[in-house]
Amino acid sequence: MMNLLKNLIGWIDERFPLVSTWKAHLSEYYAPKNFNFWYFFGGLALLVLVIQILSGIFLTMNYKPDALFAFSSVEYIMRDVQWGWLLRYIHSTGASMFFVVIYLHMFRGLMYGSYRKPRELLWIIGMIIYLALMGEAFMGYLLPWGQMSFWGAQVIVNLFASVPFIGPDLAIMIRGDFVVSDITLNRFFALHVVAIPLVLVLIIVAHLVALHEVGSNNPDGVEIKKHKDANGVPLDGVPFFPYMVVKDGVAAVVFLMVFSAVVFFAPDMGGYFLEYNNFVPANPMKTPEHIAPVWYFTPYYAILRAVPPMFGSQFPGVVAMGVATVIFFALPWLDRGPVKSIRYRGPIYKTFLAAFVVSFVGLGYLGLMPATETYTLISRILAVVYFAFFFLMPWYTKIDACKPEPDRVTSK
Amino acid sequence: MKAIKKVIVWAMLACMPVLANASEGGVHLDKAPLNLQDQASLQRGAKLFTSRCLACHSASAMRYNRLNDIGMSDDQIRAELELPEDVKVGSTMQAAMDSNSAKMAYGVAPPDLSVIARSRSADWLYTYMRTFYTDPSKVSGWNNTVFPSVAMPFVLADMQGEQAMEDGHLALKTPGSMSVAEYDNAIADLTNYLVFMSEPAILVRHQIGWIVLIFLSILLILMYALKKEIWKDIH
Amino acid sequence: MTDNVDHGKRRILIAATAAVGGVAAAGAGAPFVLSLQPSERAKAAGAPVEVDISSIEPGSMISIEWQGKPVWILRRTREMLDLLPKHDADLADPSSSIPQQPEYCNNPTRSIKPEVLVVLGVCTHLGCSPTFRPEVAPADLGAQWAGGWFCPCHGSRFDLAARVFKGVPAPTNLIIPPHMYLSETRLLIGDDDKSKLEGGQPADKGAAA
Repeated sequence: MMNLLKNLIGWIDERFPLVSTWKAHLSEYYAPKNFNFWYFFGGLALLVLVIQILSGIFLTMNYKPDALFAFSSVEYIMRDVQWGWLLRYIHSTGASMFFVVIYLHMFRGLMYGSYRKPRELLWIIGMIIYLALMGEAFMGYLLPWGQMSFWGAQVIVNLFASVPFIGPDLAIMIRGDFVVSDITLNRFFALHVVAIPLVLVLIIVAHLVALHEVGSNNPDGVEIKKHKDANGVPLDGVPFFPYMVVKDGVAAVVFLMVFSAVVFFAPDMGGYFLEYNNFVPANPMKTPEHIAPVWYFTPYYAILRAVPPMFGSQFPGVVAMGVATVIFFALPWLDRGPVKSIRYRGPIYKTFLAAFVVSFVGLGYLGLMPATETYTLISRILAVVYFAFFFLMPWYTKIDACKPEPDRVTSK
Repeated sequence: MKAIKKVIVWAMLACMPVLANASEGGVHLDKAPLNLQDQASLQRGAKLFTSRCLACHSASAMRYNRLNDIGMSDDQIRAELELPEDVKVGSTMQAAMDSNSAKMAYGVAPPDLSVIARSRSADWLYTYMRTFYTDPSKVSGWNNTVFPSVAMPFVLADMQGEQAMEDGHLALKTPGSMSVAEYDNAIADLTNYLVFMSEPAILVRHQIGWIVLIFLSILLILMYALKKEIWKDIH
Repeated sequence: MTDNVDHGKRRILIAATAAVGGVAAAGAGAPFVLSLQPSERAKAAGAPVEVDISSIEPGSMISIEWQGKPVWILRRTREMLDLLPKHDADLADPSSSIPQQPEYCNNPTRSIKPEVLVVLGVCTHLGCSPTFRPEVAPADLGAQWAGGWFCPCHGSRFDLAARVFKGVPAPTNLIIPPHMYLSETRLLIGDDDKSKLEGGQPADKGAAA
């Protein structure tokens, strides 16, 4: 039996780089041995991707992308399709969990300087994934065709209309119609089910290729490739297979427990994952009292609303929101610090990072709330803090009193 | 420093109130006494719903035979819900009145109630059905404390009686066929049923959830033991 | 580093984890596969259909829809029934040995009542619906033809008990669906669970389209 397997692998290996790929990317790809909790989220993101694709395929078998049938087809899935309710909850929970995982994954990058040389391109590819993911989530959210689906799409697409000169035509081209309609629904369906997932998978492959080219960063920010043994194996590295595979396995099971707890016990998550108003079919004649995007977009939404109209246009707010989203791309060049990891940074950086977290979470909360005077004032303050983290970074990372980076990884 | 940061983050998250669902400017809502395990209550609610609400409202995502889940056989469904001969037990709950006529009669089409308990909370529904009061200034002659100027007339006045608004609170002017306690119980049953109808899977997903979590805990123990064993190689 | 590895323990742990993990994967995958089964909507649409057969003339046939397919109900005449055993030699499965019918229809007339044939009008070759040719010896079907069904798609032939002839593409007799009599004139197609006939009323029935 084993001989048969060996022969089969040999036959394949003569025609396909099976063994060499296995070695290069798994059994002889070395990851830093001091990986901590924050290093689970990349692998978990991959797990969530698979979950979303699988559940999405089966949902697509039963969903109808037609304004007349979309809402009721979701209830058809929830009631009439065998186990349909589970497929739906897996997909809706997975969408939110994707962002939980990705935000924690990005935060790891911030903390440990994973965007620093030679990983700038890795970071950029990751940011492209983030943007694609936001598009995917936005398009997906229209599909249930509830009140929030419809009006959320209406508001966001109207933002594009505020672009000077080309705005209105741009918005019409995005919608395919003068308002968000059945036509918009159908094309968002095509993009959400086919186009963006394909693009997403390709960019994620590129992300992993770029990662494996330079190797992972680690909580100490030291380059493990600097110190290798006689065989060229990093002294502080461990083969990804089996060590990191088995470690990520534990993380995956813990994640699946959290995931299952939500799916089976709180799929609505108090209205954050499945919004109450989205159980009302879309009504183009009746705007809900309170439109808010899903929680994972609210920090940017708060920034959008914080900027007052200027010269009779909402466009400055749109620009601010856009800059807030893409400013992350510039991080590798904004950071002028001598060390990578927060462990060796000085108090100024730590303060700014803490302030950034407070602003991100605070803006996220405010984005869910109605835009009262007080809330708008706080949003403005937090937006300033948010941008300060980035725009002042070249200055404060240079003057910060850092500790010396160690030569080898530490076990903290 | 990281610890302080974590504390700030968790504190902010803990302060975040749950997103308010469709409440009308902070009107007090009575707590609906839900019990989805009480099949008798769910069945009474089903009977009340199909006999009184389906006259104008549809529940087009709900099939009659889904009531098997609350302990009614197909025979019982036919008999107790008084299904007409030509209505199959697998068919969906349609309104007796067509929506165009209803829209003409009431000014707005009565909404489909399939998922009403997911957009309005159970507390809202429980309060709504008990706080109608006579209001001569309205076309229908009725108003409601949690849904001001609602187009729906109070179709259960025969059961609850008629309430009037006096000095900011409701008073029963004309008694109905039920006492206050009886009517509140009937509405509790109806609300219970509406919650079930809005998501029939709720009856099974908790049970399955426990099995899944217990199973994953076992897997976790094994996975962790395996990790520890494999990592003995390191250091 | 790897000197004092207990390989036995390691192997057991790997096997145990893989086994439990496999069960987890199967449990997670099951709902996906099961979701492919007919939904409640499909089951409701495919529910049994009740037919009133009192108005079917002897020698004629009606066609009703059940589960999206035609079901024929033929009231055979005495002459038709007498002719049935005469051409057994030309049939591929004259005694209905292949189970294309419920056991209560495993008889020479392939029916509950001898004169009423209830059969699924779908050719067992590739699924076309054959045409009813009750007339004896028409020009296009030849002198041997004693009445039956002829499938226009590829030329399969079936007799008036819906049994397939030899030498045609169809391999088996036409399928007899489960059915039962609710009364002398009322037929329920799609269900044969007599326990539902409490006091003469089945659990649920729907009017034929």
